[in-house]
Amino acid sequence: MSNSTALATVGAVRTDVAMVTSAEEQYVTFTVGTEEYGVNILSVREIRGWTPESRLPNLPPYVRGVINLRGIIIPIFDLRARFGGGATDVTKRHVVVVIQVGERTRGILVDAISDILTIRRDDIKPPPDVEAGMIDAEYLSGLYTADSRMVTLLSVERLFATETGDVDPAKIPV
Amino acid sequence: MEDLSRFKQTYFDESAELLAVAETGLLNLTPGAVDLDEVNAIFRAVHSIKGGGGAFGFTDLVAFAHEFETVMDGVRNETIPVSNALVDTLIRANDVLGQLLAYAREGGETPDGVTGGVVDKLRHFLAGGSGDAHAGNAAPAAPAAAPAADVPAYPDDEDDEAGIFGDAMAALDAARAEAGESDGLTRWTIVFKPKSDLLLSGNEPTFMLRALRRLGEATITCHTDALPALQAMEGEQLYLWWTVELVASGDVEIEDINDVFEFVADECDIRITANAPPPIPVPEPAPRAEPAAPAIPDPVPVAAAPASASAAPAAAAAPKADAPRRPAGGEHAGLTSHTIRVDLDKIDRLVNMVGEMVITQAMIAEHVRELPQGEFQELLEGLEQLAQHTRELRESVMSIRAQPVSSVFSRMPRLVRELGGETGKEVMLVTSGETTEVDKTVVENLVDPLTHMIRNSIDHGLEGPDERERVGKPRAGTVHLSAQHRSGRIVIEVADDGRGINRPRVLAKAIEKGLVAPGSNLTDEEIDNLIFLPGFSTADKVSNISGRGVGMDVVRRNISSLGGRIGVYSTPGEGSRFVLSLPLTLAVLDGMVISVGEERFVLPLTNIVESLRPKPEDLHGLVGQCDVMMARGEYVRLVYLHKLFGIPHAQGDATRGLVVLVETEDGSRLGLVVDEVLGQQQVVIKSLEANFRRLDGVAAATILGDGRVALILDVAGLREMSRHADHAGTRAATMAAQLAAPPAALPAPSA
Repeated sequence: MSNSTALATVGAVRTDVAMVTSAEEQYVTFTVGTEEYGVNILSVREIRGWTPESRLPNLPPYVRGVINLRGIIIPIFDLRARFGGGATDVTKRHVVVVIQVGERTRGILVDAISDILTIRRDDIKPPPDVEAGMIDAEYLSGLYTADSRMVTLLSVERLFATETGDVDPAKIPV
Repeated sequence: MEDLSRFKQTYFDESAELLAVAETGLLNLTPGAVDLDEVNAIFRAVHSIKGGGGAFGFTDLVAFAHEFETVMDGVRNETIPVSNALVDTLIRANDVLGQLLAYAREGGETPDGVTGGVVDKLRHFLAGGSGDAHAGNAAPAAPAAAPAADVPAYPDDEDDEAGIFGDAMAALDAARAEAGESDGLTRWTIVFKPKSDLLLSGNEPTFMLRALRRLGEATITCHTDALPALQAMEGEQLYLWWTVELVASGDVEIEDINDVFEFVADECDIRITANAPPPIPVPEPAPRAEPAAPAIPDPVPVAAAPASASAAPAAAAAPKADAPRRPAGGEHAGLTSHTIRVDLDKIDRLVNMVGEMVITQAMIAEHVRELPQGEFQELLEGLEQLAQHTRELRESVMSIRAQPVSSVFSRMPRLVRELGGETGKEVMLVTSGETTEVDKTVVENLVDPLTHMIRNSIDHGLEGPDERERVGKPRAGTVHLSAQHRSGRIVIEVADDGRGINRPRVLAKAIEKGLVAPGSNLTDEEIDNLIFLPGFSTADKVSNISGRGVGMDVVRRNISSLGGRIGVYSTPGEGSRFVLSLPLTLAVLDGMVISVGEERFVLPLTNIVESLRPKPEDLHGLVGQCDVMMARGEYVRLVYLHKLFGIPHAQGDATRGLVVLVETEDGSRLGLVVDEVLGQQQVVIKSLEANFRRLDGVAAATILGDGRVALILDVAGLREMSRHADHAGTRAATMAAQLAAPPAALPAPSA
């Protein structure tokens, strides 16, 4: 995990899945403000434009509400709000990344999709030693440098697992 | 091979149904009043299971089914008298058969001793043992078996061994062979080998096989050995031949069989042999029904056949394709089935898609309404038609899932029988309205509540026979189970003619448990309803029937989770009546769409009493904590939805908005303050939990005509929330509570 070489090639965008080797993974990256995040492409079901949500009562502001995804009802989480940036002021250009975790589907509101990265597992750095109990850290599965940008890789299994009552996120392996 | 497993699946499915048929029949079997049709149905069911099992080579199963069948045959011919002991044994045998099927399904070995004492008992009856003296004397036909005595349980029986089907069976055969002559049946083996050009003369072998079936119980085996390769096959040529094992009543003569083939005698080779009672068809492991005779292209010479015919595992091994479908000729055999089996998932998908279509259609309708009037006449007309078709489509699709409640009702006779035995009470179960249809999910969820209510009726409601006699009632108590449709809902009643609810005791118990304040003055109805309170039980001693820690509160919870209500009506000394009212389906709900601020919600119509706009003088504050409203001479607590749910920009003033008077399952009322009532609508219930989780005060979600999601409110939940929460912004607290909350109020339909 300490390997930090070979930056020259790994940052390139590769869309042909067939070229991904077993030591590599593809990530969909998106921006929230100035930060860039990535989730494993295998968990991304679709990316869709913003549609107005229906609010859910008595929930923290980062639970935006629910939308109708072709007949199933999925919750929408506001990533900016979750990471303390306040609720996103949505426009038609905002994007919902629909991710699948096991049997369950949920949407994550982000500003924009930025890239698809093919990342060698060895090039993922562990998240820095964040203060224990800092809940946000639960979501992080690693950090990656792409062309001098830092991409925060998120663990979809842990992402909003608490809020959806899935499981204790601490018990999910990273 | 993949094909074979599909047929196996069909076989198991059908066997499950046949088992149920047999069980129903067995439970109806009463000494002295034997219904021959019923007996025949049981025989056929067992026979069919045996036949199919043979085709798949389930040896243990076939052997056992054979024993069972033989006894049923005896019952049919009245050589074995029907006694209570016999019926008990047969019911037990049916259970064992079910177990053997389960083992076969799992593909494992049948554990030793499963058939246990049941085989002994069956043989005992077969050997002419009278049912009443069924203790002690073991069947002479099974000398090796230990005395069967009163060992009812099967899996832990140790007095049997795997070899039960060996020597003992042979001994039994001998016994049966002797008895066979006198059982009034004639048995025939018919080899029917048409020439390959039979079809050209306009004859149809199926008709002859069908005619044979009319003569008696026919087990037909189709031989496919003469089938050429596909390329060589010619449409007009017949390549199949058959052997038929016919068990007919004594008056069927060889001429009767010959008559069947009268018109084709010249174009077929037919050999008819009269048989002694057949050997037990424990098949060699030859499940593919390869005929024992080698494939000879020419017709088999009549005289050369006997060995091959009897060697063919004909009775049990039907051809692979036909075996599971209709292994033995019942009345329905030969007819084309008018039903198909469909995977439930597929129907669910269909229901979902139709739901989607309804929404899309509503969405289009809403947009079209905004178009300039008069310019799009044709579009409007088309849309009108579409709406009608969609409605019909939805009804048809919903009806696919509909099932008669008989599938639940039919389980109850057994329960009643067992409970009667356990409690020493004489109970008669009368059912009516079994054909009433309800959605499958509702039917499935009825089993537990009904089981519990019937238990309750028998254990608490009905008196013992002696006590009944003392008070001038017939010794046997009656439990009446009925179902009927009533205004878009199904109403199920469980009524007994027992002693009724003992109100003084119920009240005393409630006071003792602190559920009711001492000295309270409750109406009879209120007292009766106390039995639905959690933790309430009047049973003085914990019996193993009802004292299982499950009370009527669980029943009520089950029922309300189905969107239903339960009521109790009791008359001391005359009995109690429990009335369930349930929606016909869990997939759609009649709701009232209301708005609060910019949010829209759906209230189940069943909860709504009325909606009204109060005058300022109707509103009062109650000790500064909450508002109450005077409605029809009653004070009702007001619940401000916008406060409870933290919705901005809401009306908030009851005198300017509306109050929807709602009632929870237990009859308590609330006034929900909303902005507006938008209208009544059928909504498709969607799960919120499938992808998110339960929320307080929310039963489920739905999708409105504009594609937006609206929450369906849970009235009982709202009441709880408004009681506990201070209406203020205690979000953190409610959030924590919700995370720890128990599972949902409404069952989650598949998303």
